[in-house]
Amino acid sequence: MAAAEHKHPSYMAIFWYLAILTVLELIVVFMPFGKLTNNVLLGALAVTKAALVAMYFMHLRFEAKTLGWIAVTPLAIATLLVFVLLPDGFAVMKKTEAGSKPAAAAAPAPAKH
Amino acid sequence: MSAATVHSAIEPAETPLTPESWGKLGMWVFLVGDAVGFGVLLAGYGAMRTTSGDWPNPYAVLGINLTALMTFLLICSSVTMVKGLEWLGKGDRTRAVQYLFFTALGGAIFVSLQAYEWTHLIHRGLHINQNPWGATLFGTSFFLVTGFHGLHVTGGVIYLLSMIRYVANRPDPAASYNAVEILGLYWHFVDLVWIMVFTFLYLF
Repeated sequence: MAAAEHKHPSYMAIFWYLAILTVLELIVVFMPFGKLTNNVLLGALAVTKAALVAMYFMHLRFEAKTLGWIAVTPLAIATLLVFVLLPDGFAVMKKTEAGSKPAAAAAPAPAKH
Repeated sequence: MSAATVHSAIEPAETPLTPESWGKLGMWVFLVGDAVGFGVLLAGYGAMRTTSGDWPNPYAVLGINLTALMTFLLICSSVTMVKGLEWLGKGDRTRAVQYLFFTALGGAIFVSLQAYEWTHLIHRGLHINQNPWGATLFGTSFFLVTGFHGLHVTGGVIYLLSMIRYVANRPDPAASYNAVEILGLYWHFVDLVWIMVFTFLYLF
């Protein structure tokens, strides 16, 4: 039976890992590392937690390797999507900067008169 | 040649990816598609946020105490889910049903807390089309992403309750093992997505 085929990981150990990683996330939020470092750390912690859930709770570690590749495909697609959206983001940022510069330059001008 | 023989000649009895059942592969395929859906939502959220000049600080507006508790609750419900499956594998149907019930209860409390959070935020002025803190899309994306996830949890609770009935109606625990394992895949996926939503929407 399928039940016998699964090697059972220690689910309680995974639970404690997830709980500790969540506490770590809450600690990182309050650390004065700077926005970028904080976000990189938080992202890494979230991916680790998600990987633990997928590997052990969803038993991906004990499944065929091909299934694992299928499961990570959305991650690759989402990453690609970020790069697709980035150029548009930069374009909007440039426009916003270009739009705000003359206004900022024009603002002190009336004060001279 | 009987109809059954013809059928097995067309469709192999086992998939090499998930030898237990085709249903399990079906759930994986569904989850991969659903993950693309959430991936698109989160990537879109990131794009809107980076290009916005007046995106409010999510931590200051939303707060994280309640959502941290909700995160912990979903992790706990994932543990009760695997424990339920484990008991079913050992042949203890009563314990399995108990743990599945705890899982459904965890999901129901999660959705209730989310309803409480939404009500609280709406009273403070966070709406889908406006808010007093800055970019309108902040409220839009918040309700869209958390709402889409909340719908998944609600669907999961209904799925869990119907599977409790399914297990209870089958005297042989082995007869429902595969169906409960498939249910577990869905439930853990909902937990996994929340881990991402919590990080990107509340902590970033």
